[in-house]
Amino acid sequence: MDMAYAGTQTGAARRKRASVRRHIAPYLFISPWILGFLFFTLGPLLFSLTMSFFDWPVVGERTFVGLDNYRSMFTEDPQFWESLWITVKFAAIYVPFNIVMSFFLALMLHHVTFASGFFRTAFYLPSVISGVALVTIWSWIYSREYGLLNFMLSLVGIDGPNWLGDPNLAIVAIIIASLWGLGGTMLILLTGLKAIPKELYEAATISGVPGWAQMLFITLPMLGPMLIFTFITSIISAFQQLTIALLLTKGGPLGSTYFFAMYVYDNAFKYFDMGYAAAGSWVMFVIVLALSLVVMRWSAAWVYYEGEIRQADGERNA
Amino acid sequence: MAAIRIENLCKGFGSLEVLKGIDLDIADGEFVCFLGPSGCGKSTLLRSIAGLENLDGGSIRLGERDITDLPSAKRDIAMVFQNYALYPHMNVRKNLSFGLALNGMKRDEIDRRVTNAAEVLRITELLNRKPRQLSGGQRQRVAIGRAIVREPKLFLLDEPLSNLDAGLRVTMRVELAALHERLAVTMIYVTHDQVEAMTLSDRVVVLDKGKVSQFGTPLELFYRPANLFVAGFIGSPRMNFVNANVADECETGLRLAGGGLARELSLDTLSPAPIGRDCPVTLGIRPNKLELTSPDEAHLAGNVRLVERLGTESHVHISLEGGGDLTAVVRGTHPVSTRERVHIRIPSEHCHLFDADGKAIERPLDAETRALINQEEGRGPRGPVLEERHA
Repeated sequence: MDMAYAGTQTGAARRKRASVRRHIAPYLFISPWILGFLFFTLGPLLFSLTMSFFDWPVVGERTFVGLDNYRSMFTEDPQFWESLWITVKFAAIYVPFNIVMSFFLALMLHHVTFASGFFRTAFYLPSVISGVALVTIWSWIYSREYGLLNFMLSLVGIDGPNWLGDPNLAIVAIIIASLWGLGGTMLILLTGLKAIPKELYEAATISGVPGWAQMLFITLPMLGPMLIFTFITSIISAFQQLTIALLLTKGGPLGSTYFFAMYVYDNAFKYFDMGYAAAGSWVMFVIVLALSLVVMRWSAAWVYYEGEIRQADGERNA
Repeated sequence: MAAIRIENLCKGFGSLEVLKGIDLDIADGEFVCFLGPSGCGKSTLLRSIAGLENLDGGSIRLGERDITDLPSAKRDIAMVFQNYALYPHMNVRKNLSFGLALNGMKRDEIDRRVTNAAEVLRITELLNRKPRQLSGGQRQRVAIGRAIVREPKLFLLDEPLSNLDAGLRVTMRVELAALHERLAVTMIYVTHDQVEAMTLSDRVVVLDKGKVSQFGTPLELFYRPANLFVAGFIGSPRMNFVNANVADECETGLRLAGGGLARELSLDTLSPAPIGRDCPVTLGIRPNKLELTSPDEAHLAGNVRLVERLGTESHVHISLEGGGDLTAVVRGTHPVSTRERVHIRIPSEHCHLFDADGKAIERPLDAETRALINQEEGRGPRGPVLEERHA
């Protein structure tokens, strides 16, 4: 073989190897995350989808039943609809309250200059407390005989109700306890508020734009992406509500706090019907996904994203 | 249009005093620049006039009105911000009309003003675009347009060109000057760029550490700096300073020796200088006035540290033998080179003189410069001579 030809071939092979290395290297760097995602997220997800098409007892033979789990859930199981309705009611109250209260708290903290660090920590602290500790605190607050809430009410001459024993009040009690952890949402909105350039407000002030109009036409639109994000995450957390209800009321009284997540949990770990529980999980996933898409679609018309590219053609030069 | 009078204006942030008794009289229709280094208080002064800062003391009058305690919206002013402060979620038309609409102005009037401003600034075709779709220069025009539609008595501009590239800055500078000519309204412009200040202004306020160091026409600042700070701040490359002592004094001048001088130097003064024999003084001389010469004519000697060749001229950086540095500007083809020993003559007619406190001792100017300064001082805003305008 000609020496020059051999040299060229070696060079080409070396370049090809270098090219392959260059293309593989990034994937090697992110491989720990990819492996984690495959084994601990995507794998279980697909596995649960498969399970939902089976009659899958924890012990015993698994039988393929196709869409039978879904069919019986929608047509033969009144508890499915009841728990779904309770969850929707909870979400309908919890989500707007969570966002509105977080927004006003963030607004207050944004303007507070005195001990702002303390207040920020104080409001955020409940979000980092574990669910069990939170429920222990609230079960003491709500206790009919010795509870802090009824004690406070007694000071103004009101005989406090049985918060956790009354079917009408129990869901209210859970909503209040859930709202106690709004620090996370508040922090996101506070970050958003701090990111709005103060010159926008100064320009508006000089132009004579009143405070309410600044809030309506500057703050809210500028905070739009954050509001939508917290709206969607609030919907998700509302549909995933389990810990507080499970530990505080156990779904009672009279099933008034029997949330959809608890329904799925019971099917899985009380009745050991894994296939049916997996089908329930997927129904919940589809509902949350649909709601999120609706919110995003609805918000597209009025939420402004700074990163959006709406470049005009050829008229960039001054 | 309105004149603005500021008296003993003070402003601090905590224990930090930012403005220390500012007094200014700005004429109706004048274009005035606040010039100074970072932290000198120029932006705070502008924001105080805008009503965006609470004052610790002093007063501000706009025309006949005392606006010291008025909210910003009622001051009849408009402000252009350094970062434009355009509402990113509104298109250009809404950015321009937002404030007007919320103040209850009629639709027709808003449309008239927006159309007019858009035509003046040549942004008519951009009215339906969002700020993100605009270039830096276009955004700047929209920001100015938002000020124009208010038809204010006073325009405040806070470093409006500093975010633009060098070429666009020159273009916008010319457009701003034309706009001032066209609108004939009082404008206050904050900048740290002396070229902007010198080219745009009728008069310049030089601020230093929260005080007015000098308030005068651009040429006055350059040829008659009131103190060492202004002398060193105005002009590029900056003025050279050489220490000396008064060897002798008389009615019409001083004889200087010692300090950094190798040879005596006689200087005329306009009136008897308020300093006596042996008093320390500082000589100031612009780099383009220094002459590289023979040893027997030289006042100073040193070694060339660096030569920057810029084509038409060369900047020669010299380390003096007696300590200290000088910069001389010579013709571009001058054969001087690095590490060369050079001798420097100081032409006494181009010297500035400062006493031990840094205050200028007045010296006669040549007839041409004097005539030019007088001509500029006699001019009112936008060109015509003041007396002619008021006649």
